[in-house]
Amino acid sequence: MSDLDQTVPPTPATPTTPTTPSGIPVKPVYGPEDRPLDPPPPGQFPFTRGNYPNGYRGRLWTFRQYSGFGTPEESNRRYRYLLEQGGTGLSVALDLPTQCGYDSDDPEVTEEVGRVGVAIDTLRDAEILFDQIPLDKISTSFTINGTAAILLAFYIAAAERTGVKRQQLTGTIQNDILKEYASRGTWIWPPTPSLRLIADTIEFCAHQVPKFNAISVAGAHFRDAGANAIQEMAFTLADGVTYCDTVINRGRMTIEEFAPQISFFFYTHGDFFEEIAKYRAGRRRWATIVKQRYGATSDKAAMFRFGCVSGGASLYAPQAHNNIVRVAYEAMASALGGVQSMFTAAWDEPFALPSEESATLALRTQQILAYETGITRTADPLGGSYFVEALTDETEARIIEIMADLEAHGGMVRAIEDGYLQGLIADEAYQVHQATEQGTRPVVGVNRFTTQEPPPDLATYELDQDGRDRQLKRLAQVKAERDTSAVHATLSALKQAAEGTGNLMPPLIDCANAYCTVGEMVAALKGVWGEFQQPVVF
Amino acid sequence: MPVRILVAKPGLDGHDRGAKIVARALRDDGFEVIFTGIRQRVEAIVATAIQEDVAVVGLSILSGAHLALTARIIDGLAASGAADIAVVVGGTIPAADIPKLRAAGAAAVFPTGTPLDQVVAEVRALTSAVAAS
Repeated sequence: MSDLDQTVPPTPATPTTPTTPSGIPVKPVYGPEDRPLDPPPPGQFPFTRGNYPNGYRGRLWTFRQYSGFGTPEESNRRYRYLLEQGGTGLSVALDLPTQCGYDSDDPEVTEEVGRVGVAIDTLRDAEILFDQIPLDKISTSFTINGTAAILLAFYIAAAERTGVKRQQLTGTIQNDILKEYASRGTWIWPPTPSLRLIADTIEFCAHQVPKFNAISVAGAHFRDAGANAIQEMAFTLADGVTYCDTVINRGRMTIEEFAPQISFFFYTHGDFFEEIAKYRAGRRRWATIVKQRYGATSDKAAMFRFGCVSGGASLYAPQAHNNIVRVAYEAMASALGGVQSMFTAAWDEPFALPSEESATLALRTQQILAYETGITRTADPLGGSYFVEALTDETEARIIEIMADLEAHGGMVRAIEDGYLQGLIADEAYQVHQATEQGTRPVVGVNRFTTQEPPPDLATYELDQDGRDRQLKRLAQVKAERDTSAVHATLSALKQAAEGTGNLMPPLIDCANAYCTVGEMVAALKGVWGEFQQPVVF
Repeated sequence: MPVRILVAKPGLDGHDRGAKIVARALRDDGFEVIFTGIRQRVEAIVATAIQEDVAVVGLSILSGAHLALTARIIDGLAASGAADIAVVVGGTIPAADIPKLRAAGAAAVFPTGTPLDQVVAEVRALTSAVAAS
């Protein structure tokens, strides 16, 4: 019975700390005095209780499993498998060279081609990636930021070659550069031109790809870098405000025109009620900001729609099967928080590229939640709970405080350029790490109820030499076959557009159709905009 | 004079949570820590290590490319006459790769999950050994 051996005594029935991980004190019991105001019903501004009057009865959240590795052929096979298994949307993981704007044949990046996602160099790769997938019916989410506009151009061009119109496309590009500077790291150009490119994609989608979300403002990576739940929401909403300010200040669009195409993305970690309160408070805060700060009048513009990952840094390698349980609770918290689309992580994610079996189990976790537990029968089943409403109110108050602090600091761009934001995240990460090592923050199997059994070994995915060779060969072939004069013409038109103020999406789509590479388009824009210089804070 | 350490992130992966935590723990223990930031070229890391006259280079690699990147940095230091600078490696490193990294010249390897105290103690031992020799 070695797995029941306890090398640390069991925790007492009361938690070690009477506060949530974000620092909100929690009372032993809540009553009517803790909840002065009842929120309006679901479907009514400010949407504390959800965007829709009938909750998930009208439409379930989307089961969206993140997947993609190696070559476009391998990823295409995995996508088709996931769709056959009942997945309802695709989520594309791209390799780091594609995310940072390098081609697969760049000697600087040889070892990273196809490693953490699929390699995309030209439109040809995108055509293979979506082969036989009906893009008018399946929505696709791309975790792509620095090169998001380029991938959007590829997606539109690939779809149009199969007869699907851009107006029919659904899905999301992450396209959130601010958090890349502060936590995820796939920046290319400095903030100002990057914000302009994002505003261009928002504007372009509003006019031409109306069912596609041009941006998914992502707090998830702040969280994974160490931010707590309340910081995650506050930083994300502050980024959202920065993007809206950028678009509004150009004076070419109204908030009503583009706000409905903004979505958000978070991590759900293990503290059940804190996560639920985070989503309820975030939804209310965003709706309030859109109406108060920007004067939106429609509910459609004010709605906060979000996707999430259940898993991430809340999963651990020791006693790895425990992660199945963690993900299930996190998924339930996400659903009770009103999520629109969810990725449930596989239990082996902390140490391996998930197997087909573990990836399927992760999908099943959501399906059981949606179809067996009954939580989807009624909208916001926790609404009116003394505790949940009080925690939602307190969470929102703290979000407001953090956002005010960032604004006082000079806004998000300033806080990123001088490293202030990175410092806040690093402080929190260090403190959580210390608390976990010292055991004041209980983690089962890590610092409680530990066993002698060694944790599973890491298995990193190796793109086989054949796969890399195929990718390089295809790139060489595309370069040999394409019309070089069209390449030069479209790249120089792109450069010229970047020097002006016109929308960059049409020239990027022209580049895509001329089979320009990601690296060529990035280089053309670097020539005009330069590169980001990172502040170093720890 | 505090001992100088360079914490560096080669390659494209942007996960710097671990690197920053280790950098801070080393600083708290009295080392003078320089952090390169993310996405550093191998040549730039070698040049900084020499220019800043560090005793140890700590590499943080979570992309899976640790074998090739570590070897290139150790070779780069040796080629610049700085073979005395110890190189340690941390990150998502499978157990099977630890002997390979040691064989390539890494003075210590800290896979994800290594307690901070252990990282600090081993780096301290390394730098004391260098100072004594």
